[in-house]
Amino acid sequence: MQYTLTEEQRLIQQTAREFADTVIAPAADKHNREARFPREIVKELGRMGFLGMLVPEVYGGSAAGNFALVLALEEVNRACASTGVTMSVQSSLVTAPIVHWASEDLKKRYLPRLASGEFLGAYALSEPGSGSDAASLVTSAVRDGNEFVLNGTKNFITTGLEADVVLAMVRTDPSHKTRGISAFVIEAASKGFSVGKKEDKLGLRASSTTQLVFEDLRVPAANMLGDLGGGFKIAMHTLDGGRIGIAAQAVGIAQACLDASVKYAEEREAFGQQIGKFQAMQWKIADMAMHIEAARLLVYNAARLKDEKQPHGKEAAMAKLFASQIANQAAREAVQIHGGAGYLEDFPVERYMRDARITEIYEGTSEIQRLVIARSVLHNLK
Amino acid sequence: MSKGILVFGEIRGGALKPIAREIVTAANALSQSGGGPVSIALIGDGLDAAVNDAKSLPAGKVFVARDAQLAAYSSEGYTTALKAIIDQCGADTVLFGATAMGKDLSARAAARCEAALFTDCTGVTLSDGTLRVLRPVYSGKVIAEMEAVAPVRFVSIRPNVNPPAQAASGAEVVEVAAGVSADSIHGRVAEFAATSGGKKDLTEAEIIVSGGRSLKSGENFKILQDLADVMGAAVGASRAAVDAGYVPHAMQVGQTGKVVNPKLYVAVGISGAIQHLAGMRTSKVIVAINKDENAPIFQKADYGVVGDLFDVVPHLTEEMKKLVAS
Amino acid sequence: MKIVVLVKSVPDTESKIKITADGSGIETQGLKFVMNPYDEYAVEEAIRIRERLKDDTTVVAVSLGPDRVEEVLRTALAMGADDAIHVGDPAFEGGDAGANARVLAEVIRPLGAHLILGGKQGIDDDAAQTIPAIAELLGIPQALILTELKIEGNKASARRRVEGGDEVVELTLPAAVTCEKGLNEPRYASLPGIMKAKKKEIRKVGLADVKLDAGQVGAAGSKSKLVRYHALPERPPVKMIPGDAAQQAKELARLLREEAKVI
Repeated sequence: MQYTLTEEQRLIQQTAREFADTVIAPAADKHNREARFPREIVKELGRMGFLGMLVPEVYGGSAAGNFALVLALEEVNRACASTGVTMSVQSSLVTAPIVHWASEDLKKRYLPRLASGEFLGAYALSEPGSGSDAASLVTSAVRDGNEFVLNGTKNFITTGLEADVVLAMVRTDPSHKTRGISAFVIEAASKGFSVGKKEDKLGLRASSTTQLVFEDLRVPAANMLGDLGGGFKIAMHTLDGGRIGIAAQAVGIAQACLDASVKYAEEREAFGQQIGKFQAMQWKIADMAMHIEAARLLVYNAARLKDEKQPHGKEAAMAKLFASQIANQAAREAVQIHGGAGYLEDFPVERYMRDARITEIYEGTSEIQRLVIARSVLHNLK
Repeated sequence: MSKGILVFGEIRGGALKPIAREIVTAANALSQSGGGPVSIALIGDGLDAAVNDAKSLPAGKVFVARDAQLAAYSSEGYTTALKAIIDQCGADTVLFGATAMGKDLSARAAARCEAALFTDCTGVTLSDGTLRVLRPVYSGKVIAEMEAVAPVRFVSIRPNVNPPAQAASGAEVVEVAAGVSADSIHGRVAEFAATSGGKKDLTEAEIIVSGGRSLKSGENFKILQDLADVMGAAVGASRAAVDAGYVPHAMQVGQTGKVVNPKLYVAVGISGAIQHLAGMRTSKVIVAINKDENAPIFQKADYGVVGDLFDVVPHLTEEMKKLVAS
Repeated sequence: MKIVVLVKSVPDTESKIKITADGSGIETQGLKFVMNPYDEYAVEEAIRIRERLKDDTTVVAVSLGPDRVEEVLRTALAMGADDAIHVGDPAFEGGDAGANARVLAEVIRPLGAHLILGGKQGIDDDAAQTIPAIAELLGIPQALILTELKIEGNKASARRRVEGGDEVVELTLPAAVTCEKGLNEPRYASLPGIMKAKKKEIRKVGLADVKLDAGQVGAAGSKSKLVRYHALPERPPVKMIPGDAAQQAKELARLLREEAKVI
């Protein structure tokens, strides 16, 4: 696609692509097999400035913006979706809400270290009893002097094992549903904070997913983001941005599927010719290419709207819904194109298929995305 | 009618290098096409042995520029000396070997002499006074045919393109004042350190010898290593050999191993399944040694040897030793 | 110290190079252009020297060519170069390495450079001529294909790869050098570097700014011209070598040296 990028967007994309191809991709298979967190790579991404793209320069970020972020995310995810989700969470789900809602003091304390990658961040909304029904969360936060005491368990938290800083949504008022939730920035080193066992997942195996347990965990009141009772709004707005990152992830995975399929179709011969010459293969590849193009444009559109500070909830949901769907399709077809070889660990497509699956589930299931879109379109329901 | 062809006689360790003899062959071929008389240029200090070497080659004159300042190579010093020789000799075509020294000197001297310059050529011809060359470009993916549009032309020629010139006699030695002084030289070679070939990375190796399952064991890979050592090559393997535990995965060439692009790939006891070919198919020259004459590898190879690798490879190692010595 | 780095915009190594139907050029449609890989070592080395000296050393990147060279200049700035100069003019078009070196020498002459760096060759024309020609035109020493470079005051010590070993070359600055793979590990542009580069202005230099006339530059000033490009010859079918093992080995070795010319 010859989408016209500005000079610095092009440079950002080129740098991300080179780093993804030469450093991330060669290590991806090993990290996946060993379920090992790509710590050195994530640190290097931090050193290069890729974790601070939504952080203003005054706090140590590069302020490159959402469009540049999706360009970079696509490249990183094309090489390794586990590295990609770590980067996406750090930027969209941790630094972005801090930039938007934190006090000056909190910003100074956490943003520079999150931007540089010295601190890794996690976003804790889901609980064992609430995923899609996020507003039903029960982890409690009770005021005690100038602190809040937190008790409860968070579930399915990405980067749970490695996070130094966690943005958690907790219940400060049991009598109100959505308006009884507040957001806090918690330091993992705090007493009362513990990490549950690392989940054994189908995909994204190099990214750690854990429970977080708060037991009389004390957090300074000053660590609240925004206002008391404003946490649900913060969570939802933050997810709108995170959605765009996951959509970019899905496009990256789909592109990796296409690249692998093209390579295999040109190399593998059957019935006397390259399999890429058969119509059946060509149609699969054509559909894959078309879907990727369409998904990418939806991602670009949502990112641009967000950069222009326009409402983007519907567009972000559309991008995430569509991109995750086509990524899963592309991955299945990529395995099919590879035939028996696609079922082996020797080829990357089985990993793409396993990695793609979660994109239809986390940061808002496809079902939730449809509700978001429908609500944005149907104005006159009584 | 061209005015003469001058060959830069590159010297190492006091003696004329083999490449210089190859370039003399090229010069004589051009001379036959109306290039004019062939001369050899020798630059340095001492030089008696080199002069004797040069005198026994087919050339009309051997021009010698000696100076203590030229004992060590310097781009500025040698350029000044070469220009002095060119001025005296009157040649309008100057040939070099495309070696490190040849490319260093020819580029600077061409600017000094305002000559057309063609680097790293695989062919040179002269027709009605017009000089044309063939040279690989785009990293060897394309051959460029180029022409000189200046009266003086410098050409550096790749090693191994021309055979060494046969012995001859009768060359006249002409001493030329180099015209160099210490303060006209601001950079020179201070020392030379010979290096033995280190362990080459497969993906960067120019020559690779690869073994398949037919090697039967890890120990047997030693016969490939012996061949590789003589040829300055790296050793690779097919997936079958790696899976059988003969060699580590780092040596695997193929679809799920490394992709290599050497100028010479010798596939020993490898059948040539598509998965292996995908890793080495862009090799410039492919040699296959296999007991099975129907092995698919022979369809992709340039040279095929049907035979028992345990017989062929040691013989090949011996032959390579002889070639390297010559 | 003032350091000048020459960078070139060339087709990506992964590109499939197709010759036009009449052989007069290559198809540029769909070609991706990047910084010449060897020039990356040059930019990196220049920046490392500046970082080591910790004084007022500046690095200026220079590129000759059409508008697309601004991309590689921007990359050099993003890697950390201080300034960039785009040498461009319709009159420079079609210039061979010699003609281009003449232009570049006149652009560099007034800059007062102590060190000029470039890659060992452009992966498009593989000529390896530009830096040595510039060295000659500026009257400064040269050292090519460096795997190591040490600067101490106004002296430089360089290690270069030659047949059978390494040479150590000692130079007095100002000097011009070319860089070989292995000299260093080029850095990736950092995001702050990219954002900073965005704000820098790339100075544009044309024919009017150099002390040359139109006949000395571009195609008019070139001493060589391209007759045509030729595709590599098709691989002929396999040559099976007969005889017993000893005969086969001997014949194979001979063919590899004399016919294939790979050893």
